[in-house]
Amino acid sequence: MSILINKDTKVICQGFTGGQGTFHSEQAIAYGTQMVGGVTPGKGGTTHLGLPVFNTVAEAVEATGADASVIYVPAPFCKDSILEAANAGIKLIVCITEHIPVLDMLDCKVKCDELGVQLIGPNCPGVITPGECKIGIMPGHIHLPGKVGIVSRSGTLTYEAVKQTTDAGFGQSTCVGIGGDPIPGSNFIDILEKFENDPQTEAIVMIGEIGGTAEEEAAAYIKANVTKPVVSYIAGVTAPKGKRMGHAGAIISGGKGTADDKFAALEDAGVKTVRSLAGIADGLREVTGWK
Amino acid sequence: MNLHEYQGKQLFAAYGLPVSKGFAVDTPEEAAQACEKIGGDKWVVKAQVHAGGRGKAGGVKLVDTPAQAAEFAQNWLGKNLVTYQTDENGQPVSKILVETCTDIADELYLGAVVDRASRRVVFMASTEGGVEIEKVAEETPEKILKATIDPLVGPQPYQGRELGFKLGLNKEQVGQFTKIFMGLAKLFLEKDLALIEINPLVIKEDGDLHCLDAKIGVDGNSVYRHKDLQEMNDPSQEDAREAEAAEWDLNYVALDGNIGCMVNGAGLAMGTMDIVALHGGFPANFLDVGGGATKERVAHAFKLILSDSKVKAVLVNIFGGIVRCDMIAEGIIGAVKEVGVNVPVVVRLEGTNADLGKKVLDESGLDIIAAESLTDAAQQAVKAAGN
Repeated sequence: MSILINKDTKVICQGFTGGQGTFHSEQAIAYGTQMVGGVTPGKGGTTHLGLPVFNTVAEAVEATGADASVIYVPAPFCKDSILEAANAGIKLIVCITEHIPVLDMLDCKVKCDELGVQLIGPNCPGVITPGECKIGIMPGHIHLPGKVGIVSRSGTLTYEAVKQTTDAGFGQSTCVGIGGDPIPGSNFIDILEKFENDPQTEAIVMIGEIGGTAEEEAAAYIKANVTKPVVSYIAGVTAPKGKRMGHAGAIISGGKGTADDKFAALEDAGVKTVRSLAGIADGLREVTGWK
Repeated sequence: MNLHEYQGKQLFAAYGLPVSKGFAVDTPEEAAQACEKIGGDKWVVKAQVHAGGRGKAGGVKLVDTPAQAAEFAQNWLGKNLVTYQTDENGQPVSKILVETCTDIADELYLGAVVDRASRRVVFMASTEGGVEIEKVAEETPEKILKATIDPLVGPQPYQGRELGFKLGLNKEQVGQFTKIFMGLAKLFLEKDLALIEINPLVIKEDGDLHCLDAKIGVDGNSVYRHKDLQEMNDPSQEDAREAEAAEWDLNYVALDGNIGCMVNGAGLAMGTMDIVALHGGFPANFLDVGGGATKERVAHAFKLILSDSKVKAVLVNIFGGIVRCDMIAEGIIGAVKEVGVNVPVVVRLEGTNADLGKKVLDESGLDIIAAESLTDAAQQAVKAAGN
């Protein structure tokens, strides 16, 4: 078991024939992901990377039975792409693109919730179930099938956690990058709930950062609902107030959203927090007794 | 992206909100002329900078003659205004807003933000106008009234009425307030704003509501679809180094320390600053070179870091995912040679082809310290900076 995706997940790519779509689809196919086609309006009927190209997501779903879509289209067109996929019956949408207007995401989120669609991202590395399915831009080879579920707002911080859990031999059940935007399609709680219910996941690593209150809300959720051990790291202890730190959502505004507040909330919820990014594997050893 | 008060008021006026008659001027002569054009015998002159706290810093003044308005403009134009919201250098003043004077009976607050927790545009109103709303929210949260905008149906007049009556306004004022609320919401949604504030929204002595200030923040991701807002951008209000970094798709934020940091990925860049601090060092900056760290971008990043004279060591922390570490190593070598780096450079490479990358660095003959791990990198950088 794993969460969200596995070896049976059939994936299409929106923005398939573009530079990003082509490069990362090649990587996904090489990793063993069941890519079944792609969508580029106007190029329907052609083939790309040996897979069929469709004009619309609806056609792609009908012809391939795809249940997940990964989106690499430029930010101005993402709202349209997300809504197209959601209305075509895709149940898992992974949007990699950065710089999507916030108000576009508010609309997408409402529609996805209404249609029962799980939206991951935007501005995220994607989702991977090691050894089975890779949807996104993460380097596949650093992963190892295993027992740790990883959820994070940051791409490269996820890779650090992956590397440490691979080196330690624990491996990962599924890794989910929920993205660095202020309005993510899925939040920590959505993913924590799935990890809690996933038999393969024995421990959870949650990586947060400054800005907003998603970590505080996750802490309250963990306290009430999560029985598995959770290790957490929060980036941005040294970040100045009022400055956006790369990610659109990483900003301490009005004194709210500091790393210290988040660490405190998580510790209060019984989460093992680590202050050094290099300490994630040790944190896991401590809470699980794993060698 | 933030707008100036005078630009915000232009937008307010376009959406039917009551604002003072006024002119934004560039010279003392124009300031005096603006007073004549407006008429009356009392005016308010306000220095235009992207920061609050202007009044206390002397950037807002009540004047009785056009000559006094000109004198105020003479004093401030071309100078920097330092407020509690700016850094010690302040923000440059290149425009003065000259306005009619408003008689104030009472001060309210009305604003809106994209609320991350509820994933909605949320309006906030309060009887405690004219002060910092964050303070009100913290000390007396019951004094903040809220209205949530449904993304599918948009703002509704009843929401304005609810807020207005709860604020204790009379029937006529509730009508005016609802019109302001609806106009403000329309402006927020049509112009893709991130933040809007009228603080204070005043009740004049004649009982009418009036927007005395205008604070607008635009969602930077949406500016591409608003040509009018693009033209309102004032780059002089931004940090020069941050603006230069943005031109190269680098995310840079200056800090006070002496260890320059160059990292790929925003989260890892923050994590690197934190681990430097954890080992007793002081990061000089946040810098995300992004996913595709090419030689040119790495070179620019080095130049940017070294333009800060406080930097005594540089820590490069790269997790090579799709990008290969040996390529990045070559980029670093090229940049170090081109820029002429004369402080110690500690490099930690991890991920794809990390060993090959280290070998490339070793064989370069340059004074580059290859770190074994993240912790080692932080310790080496702290040591090299002499902390």
